Amino acid sequence: MRAPTSSLRERYPEHFQGFGRDRFVAAAIGFALFALLIYAMGHLGFFDGTLLAGFGRLFEIVGLMLPPDPGSWAHVKTFSVSLIETIAIALLGTLSAAVLALPLAFLAARNVTAQRVVRFLSRRSLDTIRSVDILVWALIWINVVGLGPFAGALAIMTADIGSFGKLFSEAMEAADRKPVEGITSTGGSHVFGIRFGILPEVFPVLISQILYYFESNTRSASIIGIVGAGGIGLHLAEAIRTLELQQTSFIVLMILVAVAAIDFLSNRLRFALIGRRGGATA
Amino acid sequence: MGTHVVRLPDAQLQPLLAAYDASVQSRRRHTLLILACVAGAMFLASISAEVSFSKLFENLHRFPSYIVRLFYLENGQPVWTDLGEWFWGLSRWLRLLGETLLMAYVGTVLGAAVAFVFAFLAAANVAPSHWLRIVVRRFCELCRTVPTLVLALIFVISFGLGPMAGVLAVIVHTFGVLAKLFAEVVENIDMKPVEGVSSTGSPWHVAMRFGAVPQILSNFTSYTLLRLEINVREAAVMGFVGAGGIGQDLVEAIRKFYYSDVSAILVLILLTVAVIDMLTSKARHRLIGLEERG
Repeated sequence: MRAPTSSLRERYPEHFQGFGRDRFVAAAIGFALFALLIYAMGHLGFFDGTLLAGFGRLFEIVGLMLPPDPGSWAHVKTFSVSLIETIAIALLGTLSAAVLALPLAFLAARNVTAQRVVRFLSRRSLDTIRSVDILVWALIWINVVGLGPFAGALAIMTADIGSFGKLFSEAMEAADRKPVEGITSTGGSHVFGIRFGILPEVFPVLISQILYYFESNTRSASIIGIVGAGGIGLHLAEAIRTLELQQTSFIVLMILVAVAAIDFLSNRLRFALIGRRGGATA
Repeated sequence: MGTHVVRLPDAQLQPLLAAYDASVQSRRRHTLLILACVAGAMFLASISAEVSFSKLFENLHRFPSYIVRLFYLENGQPVWTDLGEWFWGLSRWLRLLGETLLMAYVGTVLGAAVAFVFAFLAAANVAPSHWLRIVVRRFCELCRTVPTLVLALIFVISFGLGPMAGVLAVIVHTFGVLAKLFAEVVENIDMKPVEGVSSTGSPWHVAMRFGAVPQILSNFTSYTLLRLEINVREAAVMGFVGAGGIGQDLVEAIRKFYYSDVSAILVLILLTVAVIDMLTSKARHRLIGLEERG
């Protein structure tokens, strides 16, 4: 098997050159990243015994969590009510964010708003809104409307305006220009161009984004209770802090089932509203 | 050049127009029905979520005034008049911010490394065993559905307060998300190189190494970089439940109404996130460029 290699070597010299400069650079970057990883793990305390001791305790805790058990029927009732509250927070937050984000998205989209200054300002403010975490928004809204689920819904709404504004405006920029040109050529105004040229084209993308965010917001809504903004998170944090571990796992299980159900429902809704194709392009 | 529009006789036009109207009508009804359902759902939800517009409008002025308050110092001056006073805790905050970044980095790298291995077990086209694949898939689903903060709360009990709990939570979540994305990438590869390597009699892991990995490496890296951006944000709030990073100071400043501290920490976080976003998107574009050059 040795013989053919030399002829291969002659025919394809570029594949036998050994390590080139690119390879060396890649190895150096890899080594630097690895060194950073080891340093970071050391800094965060991975090598000083806490990890092993912690894993022992973690297994103990997981053992105590099984089987999931709410304790009593009264607890099941409380948890169910706050789970419904969680879903309500997610629904309200998502839908109102979508309604408020649509006009902002028009302002931020290149093919709708010609004014550069308006576009720049609306984009930067959307970016800033998006970069602040939902929990921070929840704490701020708690200062405004007090503790409770209303603050949670407002927090999800605020955070999602940023995300939706960006996603919607990107969808509009990706839309085909030809329908708009067609409408303008028949004498339609700019507004008509947006209404009949752009909106029908981006509508499926908008719907599937909204449904996707509804699912992910259910997850967010289940944790904002930790800071006091309503939903099941309050009971969850309480159960963990008081080491009611079987209740904890029961609540987590409830959240998982709710998220799975909403995932299933939103998939069905998406197919019903826009068909399979729309889901694929989003 | 004259235009001539052919107009059908009324007798022929009438049924066509009627059919058009009927179809428009039915679409309108359809839309209205959906809108009514959405409105109904929102109404029920607003009862459950204790929405009260009177409370909102009564207190709405507090929202802008809160935001404005954030930019005033204790002595009543705007923050930019005395940067030293505004960023009085800069060295501490920078240290915590560095810790946050390290948490995000370790979480992303370790989560991605585990996900890399599990992706091959979870991908339909290369998985060595059907049952193993289903188990791995369910496990990944569990890891990414449990909210990160809940994981952090549980890890805080077992590992104590501090960044370790936060990092582990980030690792578990990153693993769950990336394993799914990676598996989808693996499912989309060209199987011919894998078959070629297998046909030489090499075992499964060699076939993966030389048949599959070269096709997917750039996609994996790109997803991992995207995840790093998200994880920086996640790591920044881990401190809310005592799991390390700058979140601890942020939540304390908000709770204790240290307005200028809140804005200072938020500005630092926003700047860091923006810089990280810029760096990773540059890295991803370079990667895509390399890919296209071949």
